Amino acid sequence: MLHILILSTALFFIGIYGFFTRRNLITMLISIELILNSVNINFVAFNKYLYPQQLEGIFFNIFIIAIAAAEVSLAIAIIINLYRKFNTIDIEDTNTMKH
Amino acid sequence: MAMNLSILVLILPFLTFVGLAFFGKRLSGITAGIIGSISTGIISLIAAFIAFNYWVMSDGKSTMILFNFPWLTFNEHLAINMGLLLDSLSIMMVAVVTFVSFMVHLYSIEYLKGEERYGSYFAYLSLFTFSMLGLVLSVNIFQIYVFWELVGVSSFLLIGFYYQRPSAVAAAKKAFIVTRFADLGFLVGILILSFEAKTLDIPMLIERLSSPDTLTSGNIKMHMVGGLSVISIAMFLIFIGGAGKSAMFPLHIWLPDAMEGPTPVSALIHAATMVVAGVYLVARLFPVYFVLTPEVLHIISWVGIISALLAALIACTQTDIKRVLAYSTISQIGYMMFSLGITAYSHGETLGYTASLFHLFTHAFFKALLFLAAGVIIHAVHSNEVAQMGGLRKSLPTTHIAFLLATLAISGIPPLSGFFSKEAILTATHHANPVIFWLAVIGSSLTTFYMFRLYYLIFWNKPAEHHRHHEHALFSIPLIILTLGTLLNGFIPFGQFISVGLEKVQISFELGMAAVPVGGSLLAILLATLWYAKSTSYPDKFVSLLKNFYRWTYRKFYFDELYQFVTHKIIFNLIGRPIAWFDRNIVDGTMNAMAWGSMYFSQAIKRIQSGNVQSYTMYFLGGVIILLSILLYAYGYNLIN
Repeated sequence: MLHILILSTALFFIGIYGFFTRRNLITMLISIELILNSVNINFVAFNKYLYPQQLEGIFFNIFIIAIAAAEVSLAIAIIINLYRKFNTIDIEDTNTMKH
Repeated sequence: MAMNLSILVLILPFLTFVGLAFFGKRLSGITAGIIGSISTGIISLIAAFIAFNYWVMSDGKSTMILFNFPWLTFNEHLAINMGLLLDSLSIMMVAVVTFVSFMVHLYSIEYLKGEERYGSYFAYLSLFTFSMLGLVLSVNIFQIYVFWELVGVSSFLLIGFYYQRPSAVAAAKKAFIVTRFADLGFLVGILILSFEAKTLDIPMLIERLSSPDTLTSGNIKMHMVGGLSVISIAMFLIFIGGAGKSAMFPLHIWLPDAMEGPTPVSALIHAATMVVAGVYLVARLFPVYFVLTPEVLHIISWVGIISALLAALIACTQTDIKRVLAYSTISQIGYMMFSLGITAYSHGETLGYTASLFHLFTHAFFKALLFLAAGVIIHAVHSNEVAQMGGLRKSLPTTHIAFLLATLAISGIPPLSGFFSKEAILTATHHANPVIFWLAVIGSSLTTFYMFRLYYLIFWNKPAEHHRHHEHALFSIPLIILTLGTLLNGFIPFGQFISVGLEKVQISFELGMAAVPVGGSLLAILLATLWYAKSTSYPDKFVSLLKNFYRWTYRKFYFDELYQFVTHKIIFNLIGRPIAWFDRNIVDGTMNAMAWGSMYFSQAIKRIQSGNVQSYTMYFLGGVIILLSILLYAYGYNLIN
């Protein structure tokens, strides 16, 4: 189980790192997916090793995948609109929503 | 049965008011005036019918309460009722008010013709008639207060009728504010009285506070404050309300200015009816004043005689015809007031009460007549100043006769009505207080002098004009009817109709008594004839003899200036300014400081909102880490164990 947890933690922090350092919105989106997937792995691992006779963790997994799909479609839609407006998807150039 | 008609006396003018207020603008020509006149004509007939039923068909002594219903119930002891109180006093007042109102309505049809707000004028007149009748018919002292304020409002509306004239607007405001201050006293008095007597109902109030049985039984406790009973203070405060409405010294300053209104309004409101509301109020509560608080009656008599003399002096110097009449009104109401007041000196005799109301009755007729005649003169000359008049005796013959008779009546020359009522007052005063009696005789001579001065300045003084002014029938008819009233009213045995208790009062005349004031009046007529019948230099010589005193009198003893000084210099500077400063700097300052504080704080922190998503996430993550570490630090041992 430890190895799996190490893997999920690594995935999580890679996601965080990617989210903070990348300037491209698509790569940032991919980083978010990494974070979500690390959580998914956590759920499955805990379900399997701690409560093998139950299925809640796996159900949560399915929910998260569905929500992630919805979230991605929304995010892509926002990104496309941003691109149409600014002709770029660089996060540095799309900071007009400020004081 | 007949008495139930009395409700119509209130309903008809009210309906007329509502109708004319909503549809008055659409009525063409003189329709609104005719509607108003018909309505007041009907109610004056009803009033006459009620009076006939009350005095001729029955004994004229009963007190009836009709249509009485609780309007506001505070607790089981104290409720405010609305209803109609019919007794000799209120029926007499209803008859006077409806009659004078009818005359004024008739007169106004022609007088106001061509005015832009013709319909509104008659609506206001109906509102006034309604409120005045409501006032005199009130069964409850609080109901009196309600109608009292309504009367004040309609007076305000009518004084300011020519609202394009700044002086009329100022006069309306002045009248309203001065009487408002007095009404404050009235209201406080009512509240104290309701607390002390546990009722606001007038008959019950009088019974509780003036009948010896209830007073000695100890149901009414007398609270004392500084040597005065609380009831005395309350009754005095109520008198202040009456003094404000009746333009008594020192609250008289509004009445002369109120002459800015149309002349028929001055005749109705500021001569015959509304200004005697104060006298009515004191007369209504007279048994309480008489039995319980004679010290207030002393004050009333001195206020009355001072007003009478002061106003008579000022009237001698004024040159505006309506202002002379206004001061004469103040002076005559002063007579009514001190006549009520001197009963406190007269060892239980209440002739002064009857005399006062008799004078109220006759005064309403001859003073309305004087004002309506003055209206005709102003209509013909287009000026209020007596200097523009003179020599009108041939050009306005009807008005001339009417004015002369009214002048003789107010001077107290027999056998006109004013003689009888003034003589009754003087007789009562002579029995009670000789000082006031002699002052009153001087006042009566002064009255004769200024009235004849006015008469001569208008109708004589210059060679007679032969150009005949047109006197419209609607002007002449009310003048003639009121002249008849002035001639005949004195022969009414008034003491048989109105008195304090159940026994009738005989108004008797002593020849020696009558000789003094009538002699004084005749001398005054002689003097006025010498001075003013032709344009002479005597008045100017006399004025230069008494230069300073004349100037003081001409400027109305500087009362307006005094009030101006007190309000503007003292109240505005010493009270208004600090309060304004406090409001501007402390109250507003606190609010402003809060607003400025939030603005500067947000200015300072708005840099954080950079629009950069990643820095937002950074703050978020930082926040999560901080929260998490706090939670772990606080509850971590639970997780370990």
